[in-house]
Amino acid sequence: MMRLHPISSLIPFKKLCIAQEYKYKTMSQNLTEDDVEQAVSQLVQDILERNAGKEFVLVGIRSGGDEVAERIAQQLQSEGTKVPMGVLDISLYRDDLAHLKSNPKLQGSEIPFAVDGAHIILVDDVLFTGRTVRSAIDALTDYGRPAKIELAVLIDRGHRELPFAPDYVGVHLQTQRMDYVDVKLRINDGKDSVVVIENKD
Amino acid sequence: MTRKDLLDIESLSREEIELLLDQAGPFKDLFTRSVKKVPALKGKSVLTLFYEPSTRTLSSFEVAAKRLSADVTNFDVPHSSVVKGETVKDTIDTLQSMRTDYIIVRNKMPGLPQMIARETKACVVNAGDGAHAHPTQALLDGFTLREVFPDLTGKKILIVGDILHSRVARSTSTLMRKLGVEVAWLGPGSLVPKHGPKDIQRFTDYAEAMRWGPDCVYLLRVQMERQAVQYFPSLREYTKLYGVTDERFRELADQGTYIMHPGPVNRGVELCDAVMDYSRCLINQQVENGIAARMAVLYWLKPHTQL
Repeated sequence: MMRLHPISSLIPFKKLCIAQEYKYKTMSQNLTEDDVEQAVSQLVQDILERNAGKEFVLVGIRSGGDEVAERIAQQLQSEGTKVPMGVLDISLYRDDLAHLKSNPKLQGSEIPFAVDGAHIILVDDVLFTGRTVRSAIDALTDYGRPAKIELAVLIDRGHRELPFAPDYVGVHLQTQRMDYVDVKLRINDGKDSVVVIENKD
Repeated sequence: MTRKDLLDIESLSREEIELLLDQAGPFKDLFTRSVKKVPALKGKSVLTLFYEPSTRTLSSFEVAAKRLSADVTNFDVPHSSVVKGETVKDTIDTLQSMRTDYIIVRNKMPGLPQMIARETKACVVNAGDGAHAHPTQALLDGFTLREVFPDLTGKKILIVGDILHSRVARSTSTLMRKLGVEVAWLGPGSLVPKHGPKDIQRFTDYAEAMRWGPDCVYLLRVQMERQAVQYFPSLREYTKLYGVTDERFRELADQGTYIMHPGPVNRGVELCDAVMDYSRCLINQQVENGIAARMAVLYWLKPHTQL
């Protein structure tokens, strides 16, 4: 039977540097550079298809989602669609701050457009429990009242704890609840890779 | 890297100071949103315990805590049981029983915040204890100066006034030195302590201090209510010797020197009216930055155990 580690409740909040605290094993179900490229293209196609001729903006969730949003924006621009992009730091909206030994370092948000009345596509790298999305929606609505918020994710790995469904998905990954999905993108890491790390405990 | 209490600047490392200044930036960015509040401290309680009258610092802390969604209670000292003869120890026990998460304390007696910090599980912030320390003032000063000089190394700040009795001078000097800023003190010989760090230059003559070439002149408030003993003959003489008069202001403006002051300003004593409209007068920024710096402090502190 899988033993729940007390820290497991923190995993949903992306890129916590807790990987070293686990004994991880790499699983075969990883994504190559081509897979990542294809997932981004899938997102771009779907976004274009459903929003042809409409105005919308991208908001990437720090950290990870901002890189995906930038990739989408770049590809949209190369296909002739220029969209404004913002970055959201959801740290102050997390629902587990009181349980953390130290609070996450703030990187700040940059929302360079009016949120009131905007059609916003929220972008994240991995959709897991949905708690980050909940925080992001709360944070966004403190900037104004958007006309519409949609959700685009590079990877949907399942195991939702809140009732959120993505509007655009690059790729679905089958994972175990305790797995850690490590996403590296070329903007910051030089090269794209997605590795699913299994928690042996 | 986290702490339970913020009691002084001396015990903070340069890294901790820089972290707090870095964090104050994102908090300041919130102030231009339509909703200035974030839910980071939702459900937490903040108690302000001010044994000394204060409007600015108290409301700055109150606004900071409320913008973090904490519930703020002002422990009304002048009307409280303290006046009715309760000992400090009993007050601390009362606070502990209230299970408040944060206590912001100001008082005339140095060391009380340290004592409360030891005796309670709450996170304690020193909002000024006697002539000892005023760490959040130092942090907001550092943040304000860093906004105009992103690289503070080798910049020069001249602190003017009653250095001896000033917790602001003590904490701000320490913080500035930790950030690589050169510090000098200027004031009447009776009010510029000879003891203390050797690398701080001491001046008693205004013109001489100006030749040192400060990038920023930090004027301390003349604390008329705290001068039980007269350390200088008269306010008029103080202004004549150390105040930024119209003539001295023109000189400072010509050189592009920045001016700071912890407030509230005694117009016509520490500085003349024209200073308040000067583009390099940072006094109003200091007030705004005070809220951001205090939010960063409250966000950073963590209790050792859950209450």
